Amino acid sequence: MDLRVALAGLSLKNPVMTASGTFGYGQEFTPYGDLRTLGGIVVKGLSLKPRAGNPMPRVAETPSGMLNAIGLQNCGVETFLKDKLPFLPWRETPILANLYACDPDEFAELASVLAAEEGVAGLEVNISCPNVKEGGVLFGQDPAQAARVTEAVKKRAGNKPVIVKLSPNVADIVAIAKAVEAAGADIISLINTLTGMAVDVRTRKPRLANVVGGLSGPAIKPVALRCVWQVSRAVTVPVIGMGGIASAMDVLEFILAGAHAVQVGTANFIRPDFSFRLVEQLPGVAREMGVTDLESFRGSLKTA
Amino acid sequence: MPIPYNRCKDVTVLSLTPHGPEGREHGLWLLELENPGLAKARPGQFAMLRPASWGFDPLWARPLSICRALPDRLVFNFLVAGRGTSALTRLSPGDKVTLWGPLGHGFAVEPGVRTLMLAGGIGIAPFVEYAAVHPTPGQLSLLFGHRPPLSCYPYEDLARTVGAESFQDRSAEDIPRFVELLEKRMAEHAGGLALACGPTPFLRSVKAAAEKYGVRCQISLENRMACGVGACLGCVAETPAGERVQTCTRGPVFWSNEITL
Repeated sequence: MDLRVALAGLSLKNPVMTASGTFGYGQEFTPYGDLRTLGGIVVKGLSLKPRAGNPMPRVAETPSGMLNAIGLQNCGVETFLKDKLPFLPWRETPILANLYACDPDEFAELASVLAAEEGVAGLEVNISCPNVKEGGVLFGQDPAQAARVTEAVKKRAGNKPVIVKLSPNVADIVAIAKAVEAAGADIISLINTLTGMAVDVRTRKPRLANVVGGLSGPAIKPVALRCVWQVSRAVTVPVIGMGGIASAMDVLEFILAGAHAVQVGTANFIRPDFSFRLVEQLPGVAREMGVTDLESFRGSLKTA
Repeated sequence: MPIPYNRCKDVTVLSLTPHGPEGREHGLWLLELENPGLAKARPGQFAMLRPASWGFDPLWARPLSICRALPDRLVFNFLVAGRGTSALTRLSPGDKVTLWGPLGHGFAVEPGVRTLMLAGGIGIAPFVEYAAVHPTPGQLSLLFGHRPPLSCYPYEDLARTVGAESFQDRSAEDIPRFVELLEKRMAEHAGGLALACGPTPFLRSVKAAAEKYGVRCQISLENRMACGVGACLGCVAETPAGERVQTCTRGPVFWSNEITL
């Protein structure tokens, strides 16, 4: 079965990508599978300068999910380009950089550095991180702000596709999606984590040092599916769905709801060979479900 | 020819027993799994374990220190500390567990160097393998601080091959006495090597004593982990320079001067 996906100029072997922040810089997963088999790899969110992230504890397990408040710890764009990117199989598999910055100018600067790199196939703009004080989700909660950041990145992205990653922590995700589409987004990816918290009655303390964090994992899949369904009907650009994908059937569910491709996140923590196994299992499950080609299957959800 | 990736292995539970006659009461367990080829595990390394029956809840695998890596089986000693380790106690022989490892860095093995092993509670587990594979076990000694009865732990396995002493902490007043003993043993090992594994307050005392007496010292951290492979950044430890490094891949064993506790 042909699993290839054309995505705003990107050619994916299959619709299974790995989500930012859940796959390190790729190298961490090499003992567990062949990176070249993946549809795409979105690396850990990058900022212009290295960031130390938030204090510990930063993660907490919740029923069928997890909370994280890592705070975008990363090595900075310079180290990424020098030490991490050369290792990645960028000639065979699209490598997407995920960008985080504190203001539109900084986003633009980061975009121009990354866009100049042959090994970077596209830019995913993170306007939806709930774990940082400056910028982060605030950009993603207001259509005008989201559009400003998208425009700033798009202007400096050269011919690289710009993906804007949306937050579910908004009243109207469609309004944000339309705003970033109008501002030049080539692809929309959704959803980032839902804001949540966990507390410990024994110690009477929050389980995260940051008090609140981002909820991810199978627990959030219904919210993610709803967002993908709503947004993919409202925009003309392709949509990448993510949020709790933990089986090949989940991949099909997201495509049925309108996604062109998916990103696997927290499941990479459930077991490190998860995404590789998913790529292997997808054709069989698709056949079993009577899916013969992804294009005609996409968005074919019967709601009436 | 496909590349032979070291995928996660599905292994069979051989046995699960409360460790020692009062083990069940104190939540200490001995788990034996089929060894999928982790013969090269170094003492102090760990594996991630996730029973196939878990579905998505608990979500994460649990990191357990490798107590013995024998050709026919892997042995783990663990303490019930929360939902995950509690769920591990419901395994039965024949059940399947998904496992990946060995992970992280183990303890330094320096043949011919007098080495003091400092274990707090279930932190004794990696020293069983350490003493078993050390080429000159006569150079090893163990100081073991514990709360449940000694019989709950794999202490006897160690006491057969190395000079071992134990200290049971029964009340708050015992803690300073134990720290005093720890300092005494550390002072006797000046110029040697000390290795420690146990709860964080214990490790803090070890680190302080090692610095006071100029003993080279390695400590094994037990930070909460999600992935075990360096990707989630949930388990970081802080270096004196303020850098945050992954305990799973840069540790779990660090030289004591490499991290802040």
